[in-house]
Amino acid sequence: MGHPILNLVAQRIALGLLLLFLASGLIFIGTQILPGDVAQSILGQSATPEAVANLRKELGLNDPAYVRYFKWLAGVLQGDLGTALSNGKSIAEGISSRLQNTLFLASWAAALSVPLAVVLGLLAVQYRNRWPDKLISGVSLASISLPEFFIGYLLIYFVSVQLGWFPSVAILNETMTLGEKLNAIALPVVVLTMVVLAHMMRMTRAAILNVMQSAYIETAELKGLNPFTVIRKHAFPNAIAPIVNVVMINLAYLVVGVVIVEVIFVYPGMGQYLVDHVSKRDVPVVQACALIFASVYISLNIIADIVSIVANPRLRHPK
Amino acid sequence: MTQHINYLAKLAAQGKLGRREFLGKAAAVGVSTAAAGSLLSSAAMAEGPKKGGKLIAGLGGGESTNSLDPATFLTQVSHDFGKCWGETLVEVSRIGEINFRLAESIEPSADAKTWHFTIRKGVEFHNGKTVTAQDVLKTMQRHSGEDTKSGALGVMRNIESMKADGDVFSVTLKTANADLPYLMSDYHLIIQPDGGMDAPDAGIGTGPYKVTVNEPGVRHVGERNPNYWDPSRGHADQVEIVVLNDATARTAALQGGQVHMINRVEPKVADLLERVPGIQVRSVSGRGHYVFLMHCNTAPFDNNDLRLALKYAIDREEMVDKILRGYGSVGNDMPINGGYPLFSEDIEQRTFDPDKAKFHYKKSGHDGPVLLRTAGTAFAGAVDAAQLFQQSAAKCGITLDVKREPDDGYWTEVWNKQPFSASYWGGSRPVQDQMYSTAYLSTADWNDTRFFRPDFDKLLIEARGELDQAKRIALYREMGVMVRDEGGVIVPMFNDFIAAVSDKVAGYEDDPSGEMMNGFALAKTWLA
Repeated sequence: MGHPILNLVAQRIALGLLLLFLASGLIFIGTQILPGDVAQSILGQSATPEAVANLRKELGLNDPAYVRYFKWLAGVLQGDLGTALSNGKSIAEGISSRLQNTLFLASWAAALSVPLAVVLGLLAVQYRNRWPDKLISGVSLASISLPEFFIGYLLIYFVSVQLGWFPSVAILNETMTLGEKLNAIALPVVVLTMVVLAHMMRMTRAAILNVMQSAYIETAELKGLNPFTVIRKHAFPNAIAPIVNVVMINLAYLVVGVVIVEVIFVYPGMGQYLVDHVSKRDVPVVQACALIFASVYISLNIIADIVSIVANPRLRHPK
Repeated sequence: MTQHINYLAKLAAQGKLGRREFLGKAAAVGVSTAAAGSLLSSAAMAEGPKKGGKLIAGLGGGESTNSLDPATFLTQVSHDFGKCWGETLVEVSRIGEINFRLAESIEPSADAKTWHFTIRKGVEFHNGKTVTAQDVLKTMQRHSGEDTKSGALGVMRNIESMKADGDVFSVTLKTANADLPYLMSDYHLIIQPDGGMDAPDAGIGTGPYKVTVNEPGVRHVGERNPNYWDPSRGHADQVEIVVLNDATARTAALQGGQVHMINRVEPKVADLLERVPGIQVRSVSGRGHYVFLMHCNTAPFDNNDLRLALKYAIDREEMVDKILRGYGSVGNDMPINGGYPLFSEDIEQRTFDPDKAKFHYKKSGHDGPVLLRTAGTAFAGAVDAAQLFQQSAAKCGITLDVKREPDDGYWTEVWNKQPFSASYWGGSRPVQDQMYSTAYLSTADWNDTRFFRPDFDKLLIEARGELDQAKRIALYREMGVMVRDEGGVIVPMFNDFIAAVSDKVAGYEDDPSGEMMNGFALAKTWLA
């Protein structure tokens, strides 16, 4: 049984690498099309032409674009992300602390939202079309419908400014204990949870409801199993593939799509780091961030695919 | 009763009465919280600085691309943190005078071409080395060399030669400049050991705080420099700048008590914030101004009647009212206001005048719409301001087409390139000469109105070398009127710097040179 799965994994990873390569090319082209360059942006409105020319020379911006791209690519293949053009710092160093922060926030948001979404989805199925189902769906749909910055500001106003329970600024540093860190990120975690909850919850509900129509569920019910056991043992395993897919998309979102939440709560994650460098046209940093984001998306999707296959005996044992 | 309240304020400042208790007692006798807060802070000021604690500022205007190399300073946060860890030869005081810092005296030659700066003795860098004239020379060389990328290059360009001799640093200029000490106060010109030649971004200076944490775009922390030479600065044990670029996040952090002061309060929330107990809004009128720029050499703006028509077609009072919500003052189509030394108050104020606008518009012979480019980044409220301009111009029979450009790339693609656009000047240039040399001299890099006038240039050079104050004032007046009546700049308003400060902070003073006490807030204030 391992054989087809190994093949599939290898195939997916090869495809993923190709995709990464294409993505890096696209990003590079995109940053070249944008008006202005890094020398101009670093020096800003008050740049003198001499200063810009000197800086351009120093940063090697006078090479043709494709030469710069391949130089960068050669570096990355050897594990060297290079140095940021805008402040001369090592990109690997700059990114690693930001990436850790992003993953820290994303993992706590995931740890809260995924189980919550699945449990709420199961509850909604159990009480479908009755008030608990309507309440769960209503609240979670309402929270996904509100823009995340609005939820963020509401929480800041009530929870942070009025009640003073949690800080509105979620800046982390090395000297903080885990408890202090969790206290700092409490509000952004809640916002992210509210944003991703509905999607996963609704998918859980829909997938399980779909399965619940099947004949074998009826059989299980007729056997006299209690409703939760029916869902847990018979419906859930068969509904897992679409649920995992949605969960993975949302996990990817928690890593790559949270720049607005980062800005509101001043959280030092990857999103803000990327945006700063895009506006400075700092191509190597943008490339490195894009590469990481693309890897996250691609690998989470590979995981989702593999889980759906492993969970499905028909795919696990192809004829 | 006033005396009683003042007495209580003094007690509170000495710590003999709780702050809350004081505010309560003040409220009981009908003194508003805001007034009581300011009483408390002036009482605290009179008590003298208190040592200790951690002073935290939440500032907008920081990016993860910032570096500690002073040559690259551009954002507000780099500027403000630079004033915590570094020092320049001289500074410009709140009233526009020269304050001696690392230079203890300045001696100009009679023709204002050669300047000698005597370096203060016994000042130490954070690495323990003593500051010498050689360090100063190296610093200046780094900012003025052929291959420099320093933001201060424009200031340094007029320097012919420099030398260090004993404890004297001397500069010889190509053309005389009576304002050289002001130019040396430029915030990029932080004196670094050996000029920062080997490690420009080491963050080693002579300032009241040593750099301990430098996370660009996130936070910067400094601890008190125990060997600092000037006891009137550096009162807290630690200072921290938290980068808060989102205006709402800044306000919330101040209200939630996570920071002690914030910059860039939006005019529309300043009134509301003023009502919050424990917070004072500090607004100060400065030299920063918002502009609409016309290129004097590009049709249709090469016609002075069309330029005048547009200058008469803008309603300045309305702009100050609606865009600045009163936190500012009207401009007079010249980049200079009362915030500059040697300003002539008697230049007539231009006002909204549809008749004159119509007259000049007709005389210009122009027909058809005029395209104005704007963007959110041009200045706070630039898009709304352009629309207000459009409406007031319509009342004068002038059709303005407003085009909103993307923020990204505005400074490289639109400003100083397109013939009619919105922009701003930050007001960091403390003297008229510097402002005019930067943007109105024919050869200036940022002559963003394409104002090419040999007669103006001649006046500027003459005023620069003139040591007789009365003559200089007259020359500057003539230049101001020339820009106002014939130039390409429309200056609808000078904006205030609005900060908000917790009343736990004492020693906060308004400085017209820039926001947050011109960046000195953390270096000069203390926790009461």
